[in-house]
Amino acid sequence: MSERVAPLLDVRDLNVAFSGERGTVHAVNGVSFQLEAGRVLGLLGESGSGKSVTMRALLRILPENRARISGSIHCNGRDVLALNRRDLNSFRGGDVAMIFQDPGVALDPVFTIGNQIADTVIRHKGVSRQVARARALEMLDLVRIPSARRRLDNYPHELSGDMRQRAMIALALSCSPRLLLADEPTTALDATVQIQVILLLRELQKDLGMAAIFVTHDVGVAAEISDDIAVMYAGRIVELGPARDVIKRPRHPYTRGLLASTIHAESHGARIAGIPGSPPDLARLQEGCAFAPRCTLAGPECRLKGPELAQDSPGHHFACFRSMP
Amino acid sequence: MVRYILKRLILSVPIALAVSVLCFVLVQLAPGDPLSLVLPADATQAMIDQTKQRYGLDKPLPLQYLYWLGNILTGDFGTSISTGRPVLSEIGIAISYSLALAGLASLFGLVLGITFGFVAGYRIGTPTDKIVSAIAISGVSVPHYWLGMVLVIIFSVNLNAFPAMGAAPGAHPGWLEQLRYMMLPALTLAAMPMGIVTRSVRALVAETLGMDYVTALVARGATPFDIFLHIAKNAAPTALAVIGVQMGYLMAGSILVETVFSWPGTGLMLNGAILQRDIPLLQGTILVLALFFVVLNLIVDIVQPLLDPRIKRT
Repeated sequence: MSERVAPLLDVRDLNVAFSGERGTVHAVNGVSFQLEAGRVLGLLGESGSGKSVTMRALLRILPENRARISGSIHCNGRDVLALNRRDLNSFRGGDVAMIFQDPGVALDPVFTIGNQIADTVIRHKGVSRQVARARALEMLDLVRIPSARRRLDNYPHELSGDMRQRAMIALALSCSPRLLLADEPTTALDATVQIQVILLLRELQKDLGMAAIFVTHDVGVAAEISDDIAVMYAGRIVELGPARDVIKRPRHPYTRGLLASTIHAESHGARIAGIPGSPPDLARLQEGCAFAPRCTLAGPECRLKGPELAQDSPGHHFACFRSMP
Repeated sequence: MVRYILKRLILSVPIALAVSVLCFVLVQLAPGDPLSLVLPADATQAMIDQTKQRYGLDKPLPLQYLYWLGNILTGDFGTSISTGRPVLSEIGIAISYSLALAGLASLFGLVLGITFGFVAGYRIGTPTDKIVSAIAISGVSVPHYWLGMVLVIIFSVNLNAFPAMGAAPGAHPGWLEQLRYMMLPALTLAAMPMGIVTRSVRALVAETLGMDYVTALVARGATPFDIFLHIAKNAAPTALAVIGVQMGYLMAGSILVETVFSWPGTGLMLNGAILQRDIPLLQGTILVLALFFVVLNLIVDIVQPLLDPRIKRT
């Protein structure tokens, strides 16, 4: 009998609500998932489904005065929601690092790439500036930025979009995090370089043995890079399972809709099926399944009570009363 | 960088020339005959012609300008009509007083403005922000002479803490004594730059705090002090431009304050020169103050790219 090891990341019943002038917005509602060390989770969903908020809650970088986080997050042996200021600062960037959607605005424009990396390394590792700069150079080489030594003294605006995102990746990986959070890392890039950056990320993730969560609304990207896929809708996980399973045999009608609305080469000339309607207003969530108003299968029971995640095949969960196999 | 500085230096030559033309022409446009002050009311035509010839006022205007410019370039600003002393030495003394006053006022304005700006920018929308913003707006809108008189009533008349008028007497007063005399006029002068610097720094800080790279810094474990440094460096170039212009205004715009406090600087001198139609003194002083503006802008232009890499240095 092998002893069961605690997963690297264990999220249980995570709720995030924002209080604002328009009332309370329930952005994340009862999200639970685990992630083993070295594995990749793809987090899939439309804009406003709570993907980014979930990521930011993991690092506790949501605006403190407006966001209320409840539930539990354990990562790398730490109780994240109970960390004090000091431990939180070593956790952020040290245990868990994040890559942002648009490197054009996520890098400070008036500091050089080299200094931004070196500052982070000094902060976490307490090394000298010289050692930190050597580490920065090593990282730029690792993400394959050409003539890395010269690029150390470049400012972000002197790099092209994909070079900036590579620099952002170098920055995130500079302190050897155990978990990498990538929030739509290729959305802001040209289509031609998106796949290069994705492949680079996957390769680095494998080589460095990190776990990673990829937030994306691109089914192709999620399928390409993930071990597991979680599909989010209206702040809930509606389907969760091994990537191949979820793509091949989607059980939730929303997942089916997402897959059907993706452009495949073979569907040339055919009409692309979209999902009718738009996501619900998270300030005014009704009782019952949040997807019911847009769902072709919805029946009366769907509007009374929300379905819970239930296991289908091993590891494959979905939350729907009426889904056909 | 050297090339950029050289280019900026060369560019300021035509600006300075244009400024000198304006100074010359503006004073000529002003009504009143300067000769009426030097000559007796019953002067004969011959005496008038003779005086005109002596001051070169019988020549056509463009020629007068060229003579004037030529003299200035050789360091000769002419002779004050009212005092009979060289204009350059008059300006020299006055400008040292004005520089000292403007320097102290800028220091007050900067320190208060930057502090208030950061405090309000970090807490935008809170009562603290509203109070600080109210102080800033009052600083900009309250008239200088009124503020000056109120300060005099409070600090000189009631508290007897600072002198109300003039500079410290004696040939070589101690700097501490001089500082006491400068306190009230400097505080009065500082009100406007304090308000403007507060408003701009507040807006810059609030804008920068909302930037993604600040969130990204937090996500990398940056401490509040690290974030403060990043915000300060991002806000510095714009704040510097605002401050540079304000310092120029302090030098030139202190006529009212220097008059209220009888501070023997360029403002008080300009006031006197205008009332007495002392054209050489007037032209010289305005020119020096305007050139001061040109130099300040030059300094801002040179320092800004050092702080902000996005400003091209070519």
